[in-house]
Amino acid sequence: MVDTSVKIAGLSLKNPVLTASGTFGYGSEFCDFMELSRIGGIIVKGTTIRPRQGNPYPRMAETPSGMLNAVGLQNKGVDYFVDHIYPVIKDYDTNIIVNVAGSTVDDYVAAAERINELESVPAIELNISCPNVKAGGMAFGTSPEAAREVVAAVRRVYKNTLIVKLSPNVTSITDIALAVESAGADSVSLINTLMGMAIDAERRKPLLSTITGGLSGPCVKPVALRMVWQVAKAVKIPVIGLGGISNAADAVEFLLAGATAIQIGTANFIDPAISAKVASGIEDYLIRHGFSSVKELVGALEE
Amino acid sequence: MMNGKKIAADFEVVDNIAAGSSYFKLVLQASVDLPGIRPGQFAQVRVDNSKTTFLRRPFSIHYADASLNRIELLINKVGDGSRALSLLRKGDTINIILPLGNGFGTDLSGQSVLLAGGGVGIAPMLYLGKVLAVKNDVTFVFGFRSSDNIIDLSRFESYGKVRITTEDGSAGEKGYVTDHSVFNENFSKIYVCGPTPMMKAVSRYAKQHSVKCEVSLENKMACGLGACLCCVTETNEGHKCVCTDGPVFDINDLPW
Repeated sequence: MVDTSVKIAGLSLKNPVLTASGTFGYGSEFCDFMELSRIGGIIVKGTTIRPRQGNPYPRMAETPSGMLNAVGLQNKGVDYFVDHIYPVIKDYDTNIIVNVAGSTVDDYVAAAERINELESVPAIELNISCPNVKAGGMAFGTSPEAAREVVAAVRRVYKNTLIVKLSPNVTSITDIALAVESAGADSVSLINTLMGMAIDAERRKPLLSTITGGLSGPCVKPVALRMVWQVAKAVKIPVIGLGGISNAADAVEFLLAGATAIQIGTANFIDPAISAKVASGIEDYLIRHGFSSVKELVGALEE
Repeated sequence: MMNGKKIAADFEVVDNIAAGSSYFKLVLQASVDLPGIRPGQFAQVRVDNSKTTFLRRPFSIHYADASLNRIELLINKVGDGSRALSLLRKGDTINIILPLGNGFGTDLSGQSVLLAGGGVGIAPMLYLGKVLAVKNDVTFVFGFRSSDNIIDLSRFESYGKVRITTEDGSAGEKGYVTDHSVFNENFSKIYVCGPTPMMKAVSRYAKQHSVKCEVSLENKMACGLGACLCCVTETNEGHKCVCTDGPVFDINDLPW
């Protein structure tokens, strides 16, 4: 029997597999395809203090080995989440982590305070990296000072595990990671989507209503892996890796690069049971290579 | 969730039949028992044999036979994904998630109903016609570009009258679906699937004549499960997912 459990500060995961925010709804959408108890946790859709309609359609464009999205944080707001969604999902046999987004520091703080009241939410993931909103979002994640400010403000009100989701659309992601670590983050997750765009040559028009959007899927994996490796070397807090993970081998690569846990995102759209399969695949890898604990893999890249 | 049990399963290609100049029909045998499928629901098909196709492709269910655990998809070759599927051969396996979406409202009896399809929008109308014809008087009206696009319509004819328009007048009445004289008759409900301008035109007709009308939308989607929120359409209550709140909408819920 191998030990697949990991810890992210106060957050205990039965295995290092989480589902990425915005790709797994609230979990209930996937219950016909897999047991949610088979994965370490689910990170629910980005939640903001007030309801958001998101961006106009079209919001998605397929790309080689991936996709662009410009959803723009559509959600019904934190009050709706607390009153209507949380009661349905709180008893799932897995960790429920809420992704919290905002346009101002006050928005982030107010939403985090509401989530702090919820007994069955052991962690939040602070989204300072959404490329698809006009105000806030990625602006907080592309400057070390702004990142430090918002994380410090949330840290003062949020008592459980605070994960901060980083943007790859920066010159030095390690500078941002160090800034949020110094502001009290318990963990960083990376990468959010890479900004990109797509054009319809025949119509001479952009394929997204917002022109630019966030790129995800296997096409971003090498960039994500490199950033996880750099950040894991730079910070002392645990790193959660994501970006194009589609199978157990991909997940193991992120662990070797220094991630303590991983998230599955876009791959959920192609195989709704992929996260459970990745969890089993990691266990198979550990057995096949004679490891007794998944923790032995973290940062075990032989350089 | 108001929608029923969904499955992700492998299906064996029983037949792949070219239909008209650009359509083909896949007859697919499930490896497991199929859950209940309502007319207007759709399937998300994984395309394994196309390098450029990353996401699944949504197709409305053309026909479902619960006793045989078989479905049929009627597909138009428009891009790399559909072209790759058109190359499937008898005995090949494809992975499909179904049934998705809400489906058409079929809880009516003793009514005269019109099922309007434009191009590949005729796809959901066969199974819808089968279900409605049990208790209602069904008329189909289909628009095609020209006579070479028309597929074999004999199965539709077993459920109701079939009326045709072609844009070039090479078969049936000349013009768009909405120009057809069948719109001079009285119907208590109209079901529509086709290009957006066609659906909007039928919707305007239905509103003017106070006829109930449902349209099936076809927005680009990623997951098909209501998770990614990519396929939203503007409704009178804000953005709604075409994949889970639709694909079928009552026209009174749309700002058309």
